[in-house]
Amino acid sequence: MNLTLKIWRQKNANDKGKMVDYKVNDISPDMSFLEMLDVLNEQLINKDEEPVAFDHDCREGICGMCSLYINGEAHGPDRGITTCQLHMRMFKDGDTIYIEPFRAKAFPVVKDLIVDRSSFDRIQHAGGFISVNTSGNTIDANAIPVNKHDADKAFEAATCIGCGACVATCKNSSAMLFVGAKVSQFALLPQGQIEATDRVLNMVKQMDEEGFGNCTNTGACEVECPKGISLENIARMNTEYLKASLKG
Amino acid sequence: MSGILNSSIGRKFAMALSALFLMFFILQHFAINILSVISPDAFNEASHFMGTFWAVQYLLQPVLIIGVIFHFVMGFVLEIKNNKARQVSYAKNNGGANSSWMSRNMIWSGGFILVFLVIHFLDFWIPEINTKYIQGDMSGLLADGEGYRYFEELQHKFVPIWRVALYCIGFVFLSLHLLHGFNSAFQSIGANNKYTKGLKGFSKIYAIGIPLGFIFIALFHHFNH
Ligand code: HEM
Ligand code: SF4
Ligand code: FES
Repeated sequence: MNLTLKIWRQKNANDKGKMVDYKVNDISPDMSFLEMLDVLNEQLINKDEEPVAFDHDCREGICGMCSLYINGEAHGPDRGITTCQLHMRMFKDGDTIYIEPFRAKAFPVVKDLIVDRSSFDRIQHAGGFISVNTSGNTIDANAIPVNKHDADKAFEAATCIGCGACVATCKNSSAMLFVGAKVSQFALLPQGQIEATDRVLNMVKQMDEEGFGNCTNTGACEVECPKGISLENIARMNTEYLKASLKG
Repeated sequence: MSGILNSSIGRKFAMALSALFLMFFILQHFAINILSVISPDAFNEASHFMGTFWAVQYLLQPVLIIGVIFHFVMGFVLEIKNNKARQVSYAKNNGGANSSWMSRNMIWSGGFILVFLVIHFLDFWIPEINTKYIQGDMSGLLADGEGYRYFEELQHKFVPIWRVALYCIGFVFLSLHLLHGFNSAFQSIGANNKYTKGLKGFSKIYAIGIPLGFIFIALFHHFNH
């Protein structure tokens, strides 16, 4: 396949940045999207040009590091996948592909397609944990019975990999799917109850301070989420938040 | 509880409550209006009751006005905040791939509803306030004293085709607003459970049926006066 790529290039956080056109030829439909970018970067390096900076780590859909807004969608046109799992067979020979960084005020661009998602880390630090003693007398998690339904829902929520596709996709750059998942995974389990009130209040406070938008319930995040995190988690967070506000 | 309107979720919650209240109000408004098609006398009675009963006039009416103002002001506040959350927009964005047009354009459908509401207030509410509280005529009777004035006034309003057309357009925007808004309000207050699927079916009936009903009433009076 021969393709035209329109890629966002930005030298550093302060640079204005712009879209630049590139051509790549003889791309195999079996390549992953990131492998296609590797081919482009090899070309650029051979020509003594600056390669395109993009994030990636595991390249198997589990770390959440690869980002990219491809042809107007987070992680491109396929469903239930990250960009490293996107294959070039989703495109046709001669296509023009737009490649942009995830855009949100809370995800500032570091360079080219790399954005800083540490706002997610700060939300996690604000309450996305449970405090347990791990100094040698750790209690076996299975010692506390959990009903199957709740365990399944908590597990589903816990599959969120913190990739930020929900924010990138949302017309409001809202982080509520991510925070909803992180609140839910503990709210559903007995271990999460002790810190439940502070957790939701602090995480939402941090989310707002980071400059994420408000949810309009468009549902775009759920569709684009590589892990199929459900909007149910946002509703659960809203209930948890209201309960906590009435208490605190 | 303090400063709940300062948090994203608190604002969404308040938005949803005002919206649920408005949806309930519109249902009641429709129930009275449809009487004008079924029985002019019943419509007159109901209008006179609503227009003169103190609890409606001095309690519910102010609550409604505050509710509407709160809803659209908060709508604009959220829109501004949400736009600020993304300062550089995408060169290419395919919103249609993952969400409905209605859900992405609540501010536009809402904006047109606001324009309609201004016209609607000038058409009915201002004259009503003028007759009752400025002229001081609480009788609800026609100038010649022969029966109630409400039905006659209503028919008279829907004679010009331009007004009928404007009302129809207003209701199309209401329908678009509610096609997303109805379910969205429940999601906002945290209700996403085993009833959600059934509610989605009902929401379509409400969001299309009620505006269509209002359009029917306007057309009915245009062609039957
Ligand atoms: C007066 C002009 C109006 C404006 C400017 C307006 C604006 C808006 C906006 C911008 C939203 C989306 C808020 C968000 O992002 O979460 C919204 C939501 C909503 N509106 Fe309106 N609106 C208006 C009138 C109405 C009326 C008359 C009704 C009902 C009969 C209504 C029902 C709803 C509902 C049900 C929602 C969803 C609430 C939620 O998501 O929680 N709106 N409105
Ligand atoms: S909710 Fe989904 S899209 Fe959002 S960060 Fe988690 S895995 Fe990524
Ligand atoms: S590189 Fe780890 S999920 Fe794509």
